[in-house]
Amino acid sequence: MAVKKFVVGCFDEEGPLFDAVKKVRKSGYKLHDVYTPFPIHGLDKAMGLRDTSIHTAGFLYAIFGTTSMLSFMTWVFTKDFPLNVGGKPHFALPAWIPITFEFTVLCACVGMVITFCYLCQLAPFVKKHHFHLRATDDRFVMVIECTPKTNESELSSFMTSIGATEVNVQNAETGWWLGRYDKEQKLFEGQSETVSA
Amino acid sequence: MSLIRYESQVRPPLVDNNKDYHQVTEDIVRPIEANPSRLWWIGFLISVALLLFGVYSIYREVTYGVGQWNLNKTIGWGWDITNFVWWVGIGHAGTLISAILLLFRQGWRTGVNRAAEAMTIFAVMCAGQFPIWHMGRVWMAFFVLPYGNTRGPLWVNFNSPLLWDVFAISTYFTVSLLFWYSGLLPDLATVRDRAKLKWRKYMYGLLSFGWTGSTKHWQRHESLSLVLAGMSTPLVLSVHTVVSFDFATSVVPGWHTTIFPPYFVAGAIFSGFAMVQTLLLISRKVLSLEDYITIEHIEVMNKVIVLTGSIVGVAYLTELFISWYGQNPNEGWAFAQNRLNIFSPYGWSYWLMMGCNVISPQIFWFRKLRRNLVVTFFMSVIVNIGMWFERFVIIVTSIYRDYLPSSWSTYYSPSIWEIGFYLGTFGLFFTCYFLFSKFFPVIAVAEIKHILKRSGDNYKKGMHQIEKESADHLYHEIHSDHH
Repeated sequence: MAVKKFVVGCFDEEGPLFDAVKKVRKSGYKLHDVYTPFPIHGLDKAMGLRDTSIHTAGFLYAIFGTTSMLSFMTWVFTKDFPLNVGGKPHFALPAWIPITFEFTVLCACVGMVITFCYLCQLAPFVKKHHFHLRATDDRFVMVIECTPKTNESELSSFMTSIGATEVNVQNAETGWWLGRYDKEQKLFEGQSETVSA
Repeated sequence: MSLIRYESQVRPPLVDNNKDYHQVTEDIVRPIEANPSRLWWIGFLISVALLLFGVYSIYREVTYGVGQWNLNKTIGWGWDITNFVWWVGIGHAGTLISAILLLFRQGWRTGVNRAAEAMTIFAVMCAGQFPIWHMGRVWMAFFVLPYGNTRGPLWVNFNSPLLWDVFAISTYFTVSLLFWYSGLLPDLATVRDRAKLKWRKYMYGLLSFGWTGSTKHWQRHESLSLVLAGMSTPLVLSVHTVVSFDFATSVVPGWHTTIFPPYFVAGAIFSGFAMVQTLLLISRKVLSLEDYITIEHIEVMNKVIVLTGSIVGVAYLTELFISWYGQNPNEGWAFAQNRLNIFSPYGWSYWLMMGCNVISPQIFWFRKLRRNLVVTFFMSVIVNIGMWFERFVIIVTSIYRDYLPSSWSTYYSPSIWEIGFYLGTFGLFFTCYFLFSKFFPVIAVAEIKHILKRSGDNYKKGMHQIEKESADHLYHEIHSDHH
């Protein structure tokens, strides 16, 4: 966790974002993230993010569910307590398919949601820095990280030139911390100034 | 340009009245920020009163035993299992709308999926009450779980459909809840970031898990939703299949049929959509969401109702045919005498079911009636009455006259505590729904924004011009726009 300096640009429309992202990457600025109120298909590709492999994790959880439930039922009905019900086979595979299926789905879903929350660092009482409160409403917020070499005012005017309607500079904590949203609990001394509107 | 996607002009808009992104947020979040209306309080208090009556009915049943219900020799399962299957059936529409229609890329689901999913969760909660309290000694309820106990070790019977049901219902509930809540996270964050009041900031900050709207998070979120939808699709079909196995694997005439799984699933979707209609017609009016739950949404759902109602009708006729064609005297008797014969003790319920489920939904072949709100509301109630009677017919008419004529009991009617229990689940359902509609966004805000530029009426109007022009020209225009 570290406090860093960011130049934040807000866009009113999602359309210009694609070109803007392209230009930012071309000019060598360090693109921190883009915050949007809804998923924008293709933006992740434009930003150069790799595909998520959360579905692979889901597949592994599913395999765990299938094998563990099947072997558990097998152990119970053939080893631990082999009950003779009218001479029917102890290893009653067809009758176990519904439970195996349900448990597979259960493991995959619960596992995936937990993985999702872990990867995105989502949990109750988790607090993060929000660059713009309307990023969950109607603004598309592009955040560029300042390196020691970065000229802030140059970057700000660059931001305006690629279509941002509101630009400011913020010092922000990059990680998460435990906190409440009704209280100002910053872990750092921060300043925010608007450069152009 | 992945943003410009072609959407046919033939499809009517899904969002009316010139909305932009901010207006969408305003419209959907406004009811959460406003004080509840008088109508809301009246509805809520009635629901709580019903819930309390239900709690008292259950108290009677737990204290004095299952004898508080008028079950008798052959009818060991009466209203309770009927209500169980009925509620589970209703709980199918939500996941169907959110999962199967997501896979089929049906844009209209975005207007109704959030409320339908919530309805699913509440309906499954209600359904779960019946088998649990029917156990009588409810403090032994954990016996249904496979745990290494001190009696043997004796395990649960994995070969029994009743145990499959335990797994199916609990999995269905868990997965629906996770699917619903993971979809809610971004919208709760929207409420949080708009909040002015301290407690609201605190509560929604807590509930939204610190969602920021980062592109990477959205990418994972999309992937998660897609996989959850992919898994919920077979899950939703499996749940009512397993419920139907409770009956179909027995050797009771009228139950022992292979048609049950698809027939139950179709019936579940049928009744679930009817309940969605009932709730949404009220919600859109009370919360003034007519621009998002449009007449188009209602018409599409009525089409699903007439389709699934007809599938159910075909299943009824197939059952009748097979009971004759199979030439099994017990099976034939169950259908010809216990059900079809209107003068038998329960003949009326069979024909009520036929009338409500098969005949009356046929009016939805007419476009005018599909788009009529009063007719739709009336029909949605009729369908759910019909579907309740379907379960009642299946259960009671098959067991009130069993293989042993000396134990035939001519009439089974519920006691006040059985009825109270049923009313109590209505109380639970509507109490939850009222709280949901007050504290949560009833429509998926982010998903509406996602389809807005393709399906909002203002954007659609703008597309008329474009459509007339050649593809070359369009391509050129897009590129010159961005440079």
